[in-house]
Amino acid sequence: MAKYIIKRILAAIPMVLIITVICFALMNLAPYDAIDAMTTPNMSPETVALIKAKYGYDQPVYIQYIRWLDGLINGNFGYSIVTHQSISADLAIRIPNTIKLILPAYLLAYALAIVLGLIAGSHKNKWVDKLIDGICAIGIALPTFWVSMLLIYFLGYKLNVLPIVGMHTIGQENSMIDYLRHFLMPFIALFLSFLPDATRYVRSSTITQYSEDYVMVQQAFGASKAEIMFKHVCKNVLLPIITKLGMALPMLVTGAIITETIFGWPGVGPYFVKAIQGMDYPIVMVILVLSSTLVILGNLLSDILYCLTDPRIKDLG
Amino acid sequence: MDENKMTQAGERLLTVDNLKTTFMIHKTKVEAVRGASIHVDDGDILAVVGESGSGKSVLMKSIMGLLPENAQTTADSLVYMGRNLLELSADQRRKMRGKEFAMIFQDPMTALNPLKKIGAHLTEVLMRYRKLNKKQAREEAIEALRKVGIPSPEKRLDQYPHEFSGGMRQRVLIAMALCCKPKLLIADEPTTALDVTIQAQILELLKQLRDEEKMSVVLITHDLGVVASLSNRISVMYGGLIMEEGLTDEIFYAPKHPYTRALLHAIPQPTTGVKERLEAIPGMAPSLTNPPAGCPFAERCKYACEKCEAAIPAYRQYTKTQRAMCVFTEEELNAMDKEGKADGRTE
Repeated sequence: MAKYIIKRILAAIPMVLIITVICFALMNLAPYDAIDAMTTPNMSPETVALIKAKYGYDQPVYIQYIRWLDGLINGNFGYSIVTHQSISADLAIRIPNTIKLILPAYLLAYALAIVLGLIAGSHKNKWVDKLIDGICAIGIALPTFWVSMLLIYFLGYKLNVLPIVGMHTIGQENSMIDYLRHFLMPFIALFLSFLPDATRYVRSSTITQYSEDYVMVQQAFGASKAEIMFKHVCKNVLLPIITKLGMALPMLVTGAIITETIFGWPGVGPYFVKAIQGMDYPIVMVILVLSSTLVILGNLLSDILYCLTDPRIKDLG
Repeated sequence: MDENKMTQAGERLLTVDNLKTTFMIHKTKVEAVRGASIHVDDGDILAVVGESGSGKSVLMKSIMGLLPENAQTTADSLVYMGRNLLELSADQRRKMRGKEFAMIFQDPMTALNPLKKIGAHLTEVLMRYRKLNKKQAREEAIEALRKVGIPSPEKRLDQYPHEFSGGMRQRVLIAMALCCKPKLLIADEPTTALDVTIQAQILELLKQLRDEEKMSVVLITHDLGVVASLSNRISVMYGGLIMEEGLTDEIFYAPKHPYTRALLHAIPQPTTGVKERLEAIPGMAPSLTNPPAGCPFAERCKYACEKCEAAIPAYRQYTKTQRAMCVFTEEELNAMDKEGKADGRTE
């Protein structure tokens, strides 16, 4: 077991390295020179060369890469070339903000999805299933940005009950109620975007479990509907969901770029979007590396969770 | 023969008369069982023999009440130990499953919940029906596993199904049935998915259970070889109907129905030393969505005449225990064989 986990972690390291290479290479291949963000056409070539030397752009690409990687490993993600602020410091504020928004939305969506999915799946083709599945179909078809706009229009403008932008009203940074009022709309938008997909996943997984032979065997031994549901099907459905939670890890950083941007939530989303618009390539690169690393870590976490919860995998060693 | 006669004395456990089960699938009616009658006496091992699609599994599931909601079952009588099953509520029938009659299935590989320990499977039924506490249930479970011949049951109890071979899993399922102490065990092709050597062991185990636990067994199979060694009575099923029933010896040595005869001709006889081609039965099993009006076997039967196709023939009683559903008597069939008339139609 421990051996398996260590093996998987060791295998993840070269993957992360390859990701940094790809991110760095892609950025260097982009059809603009990073230095353009800092220079103006009026500057003399000497000044430009000076700035280049200052930031290390006069060095060969591989040296640049090694210096960048060295920084990443030491927790120094470099500086924004637009604002000259430390990216690590920026992210240290922004990532928690994003997590504060996404985590409750995701967890609540999944909790509800499990309930709805189990109900729908265990009543396949009955009206309650058709209702839940139908609503999910509509939910999946609705784009988040549109739902967000509607929320803003009705709750923020027509009814004027909730603030439409930001996380705090200026001057009320410590008010919990003010925070919740800001939190509610992006939370609802995100919750609604996670829910249908998750419900469908649970539903189909429930239907699959119900069609397994062991359910019929349990019936043949007199198990009641409730016993089959709670002692058998439930466990088998929930297991893959636990592992899906691992896969959701990268979402904690880049899971709500659109929603955050629409509601002006000071998380990673607007930061990333602004960096792209401003050609602030160090930020773009760091977030790319971060989110793809989290994908790998998430997969790793899933595998480990699977290993811990599914008896069939323990023997792998 | 002696043994068979002895078991005849047992009291009537189950009577099924003219049972019909239809499924509605995409608005088409599928007639899986079209009026089957069987009965099981105490101590019987009744074999229900038939090819795939003959309705034998559906018949058993109808008796158990295990069919999906799109199935409808009617019967002139469906009586288990004096209780009319058709009059019981779904919940009452559920409570009889396991306790009164249990069923084991074809594929032991998928019959156990892969995420639950073997012990949990057994203690669950024990706690359900015998009202034991956890500790007692565990002891009983160990005992049950020992009875079905699983070595070191204490250890095996804490293992998961994937750690068991197919034969061992079938034993676990039989142990589950044992835990409920049912009077009747329905075994739906219990050995089809297993190796030949394991097959023999499982069948031996079923026989042993009949003797030691006083459990009657209904064995569904398409393998007549399996049946010969184990059962005392046989019902031959075809096209949703019981074509012939009788004591095992009667069916093997004096088959009356053309279908039974054809089936027996299709068994390889390596011991006789006579080299001959196996006689396969030509044609296909009848359609379930549009079943023939007459004898379902008529289309493939070398003796068939117009009368066969007109209506389902009545049973002809040959002995107290044997009857067959054919318009011809045994003598008539034999006569046709002799004259060589029979082959005129099928080729």
